[in-house]
Amino acid sequence: MAEPARAMGAHDHTVLEPYPVSRDARDDAALTDHLLSPIWTRSRAWWILFTVAGLLTLLFVFSATWTIAKGIGTWGNNIPVAWAFAITDFVWWIGIGHAGTFISAFLILLAQRWRASVNRLAEAMTLFALVNAGLFPLLHLGRPWFFYWLIPYPSTTRVWPNFRSALPWDVAAVATYFTVSLLFWYTGLVPDLATARDRAPGRIRRMIYGIFALGWRGAGRQWRQYRVVYIILAGLATPLVISVHSVVSLDFSIAQLPGWHSTIFPPYFVAGAIYSGLAMVLMLMLPVRRIFHLEDVITEQHLDRIAKLILATGLMLAYSYMCEAFIAWYSGDHFERYTYLFARPRGPYAWLYWVMTAANIVTPQLFWFARLRTNVVVLFLASVVIWAGMWMERFVIIVTSLNRDFLPSSWHLYAPSWVDWGLLVGSLGVFLLLFLAFLRWVPFVPVSEVKRLHFELRREEGPLSAGHEPPEERAVTRPRRVEEER
Amino acid sequence: MSIFSKRRRSSLLAEFASPEELARALEALRTAGYGELETYTPFDMPRTTPALGLRRPLLPWLVALAGLAGGITTYWIQWFANSWSYPLNVGGRPLHPVPAFIPATFEGTVLTAALVAFFGLFVSLRLPALWHPVFEIDGFERATVDRFWIEVGGVQSELDARQMRHIANEAGALRIVPLAMEDR
Repeated sequence: MAEPARAMGAHDHTVLEPYPVSRDARDDAALTDHLLSPIWTRSRAWWILFTVAGLLTLLFVFSATWTIAKGIGTWGNNIPVAWAFAITDFVWWIGIGHAGTFISAFLILLAQRWRASVNRLAEAMTLFALVNAGLFPLLHLGRPWFFYWLIPYPSTTRVWPNFRSALPWDVAAVATYFTVSLLFWYTGLVPDLATARDRAPGRIRRMIYGIFALGWRGAGRQWRQYRVVYIILAGLATPLVISVHSVVSLDFSIAQLPGWHSTIFPPYFVAGAIYSGLAMVLMLMLPVRRIFHLEDVITEQHLDRIAKLILATGLMLAYSYMCEAFIAWYSGDHFERYTYLFARPRGPYAWLYWVMTAANIVTPQLFWFARLRTNVVVLFLASVVIWAGMWMERFVIIVTSLNRDFLPSSWHLYAPSWVDWGLLVGSLGVFLLLFLAFLRWVPFVPVSEVKRLHFELRREEGPLSAGHEPPEERAVTRPRRVEEER
Repeated sequence: MSIFSKRRRSSLLAEFASPEELARALEALRTAGYGELETYTPFDMPRTTPALGLRRPLLPWLVALAGLAGGITTYWIQWFANSWSYPLNVGGRPLHPVPAFIPATFEGTVLTAALVAFFGLFVSLRLPALWHPVFEIDGFERATVDRFWIEVGGVQSELDARQMRHIANEAGALRIVPLAMEDR
C-alpha cells in the first residue's frame, strides 16, 4: 500500500521541482568564506566597470546641473507634451524597484525558500532604482531647491500641498517605499555584517563592519526579536509593492486624457512593474552568479522560478493591453477609440508601439518551455528585451496620449533633447555605480539565511527519515540527492 | 571594573560544532532545571527559542499602535491643511474629500509602523552595543560563522557547574569556558 503512494509522491516532487534550491555541499565555514570572499578581494574588472559607471554618473550630474541652471526648457517637453522622458524614467525606475520588494517581502510571507539566496541583491536593486526614480520628479519640479514645498509643514504663507491631487500622494508613497525598503534591507543585513566583522582580515575593516553590525552577537533572544520584526517589516513592505505603483498609476488615470483615464491602470501598472523588475533582477543576477561562482546557491531553481514569474506577470500585462484596447472600442468614445485604435498603432510613434508590444508580449512566451527557463543566454537576452520594452511602454503611455489629445489643432510631436538622453543614460550609470559599490562592500548573498536553509535541508534528510527509508529510495524522493548523483 | 557594577555574575559557556548538538544540549539543560539559558548561533534556530523561556514580545502591539497613530496623524494633517486651515475650492469639489485622503493615510500608517518596528528592534535588544563580555572569549567570533554556543547563567554552586559540564560534554561540547561578567 505504502509503496505506490511513495512512488507517486516522488514522481510529483520531481516534476514540480526538478531543481534543488541549493546544491552547495560546503560546510558552514567554507560556505561563509565563499559568500564573503567578493568583499575581501579586489579585481581589475571591478575598477574598470566602476570607472565606466562613474563617467556615466558624471554625465547624469552634468545633465542635472544643466537642467537646474537653465530650467526644464532644455528638455524636449513642451505643451501639449508636458510630461515626457523624465516621467517615463521615473515610472520605469520605480517599477523596476518593485521586483526587489516582491522577492524579499512577498516571498517570505509565502514561505518561499528560494528567496533566501537572492533577496539581498534584489532588495538592493530596489533601493538603487528608487534613488534614480526619486531624482526625476525632483528635477522636473523646475525649481528643485523648493522640493520641501511638497511636504506639509506649517509655513508663514499658510499654504499647503493639495492632497486632492495625486502628486502629493506620490511623494508620500515613494518616500515611504524608500524608507521601508531601506529599513527592511538593513535589518536583514545586520547578522551578515556581524559575520563580516568576525571574518574581516585586518583591524580597520573589522571595526567598520563592527560598527555597522551594531554589536550583533547572534544571541537567541536577539534572533527571536529579529524574526518577529523581520516578518512585521515584510508584512508592511508587501502592501507597498501593490500600493506604490497603484499610486503612481493614479497620476495618470485621474487625469481625463484619453489613454490615461482608465480604471485598469493600478493593477496594470503593478503587474508591469514587477515584470520589468524581475527582468532587471535576472540581468543583474546572471552575471553576478557567474562571476562569483554562485551556481551552487543560486541554482536553476531560482532562474526557473523567476522566469515563471516573468511569464505570469507578462500574461497579466498582455491581458491589460488587450483590455485597454477592448474597452476603448467598446466605450464608443471617439477620443478613446482614436488613441487606442489609431494614434498608437498607426500614429507617429507606431514603431515604438509595435516594438513594445513584441518585446513585452511575445518575449515572455519563450518561458513556456522548461529548457529555456534555465538557459542563461536566453534568460539574459529576454530580460534585456523586456527591460527595454517596459521603458517603451511608459513612453508610449505618456507621450502618445499627450501629443494627440482632444483638439487636433494643438497636436504636437515630441522629440527628446540631449539633456533628456543624458539624464536617462546617466541614471543607468548612477544605478551601476551604486550596485558595484554594493557588490564590493556588502555581503550580497545572505550568509545566515543560506546557512539556515542548509540546516533545514539537512534536517529534512536527517536521521528520522533515514531510518524508515532505504537509501536508494531516498535518492529518488529527494531532488537534492538526484542532482548530486547525476 | 565599572563603578556601576553591583555584583559579579558568572556563567558557563559551552561551544558546539553543530546545531543538532546545541539543540540536544539545550534540551538536556532545560530538563535539568537550568533557567538562565542563552544561545549564540550563526543563524536563526526558531525551534530552540522555547527553551530560552522568553516572554511574548510586546513589540508587535507597539507597532500596531504606532501604525494606528501614524494613520490618524496623516489623515489629520491632510484634513487640517486642505479642509480647515486653508480650504481650497477647486471647481466646487468637496472640501473634505475622504477618498482623496486615503492614499497618504495608508502610507503614513506603514511608514510610522515600520520606523517603530525597526528602532523598536534595536532599542529592545539594547543595540547598538559594540562590546559585550562574550566577545572576550577566544574564538567566540566563530559564533557568527560555524560554531554554536550555549550560555548557562546563574550558576550558583560547584555542584551546579559540575552537572552543567557533564550535560554539555555528554551532548558533544568542544569546550566549556567560564565567564565572569559585571552585572549591568
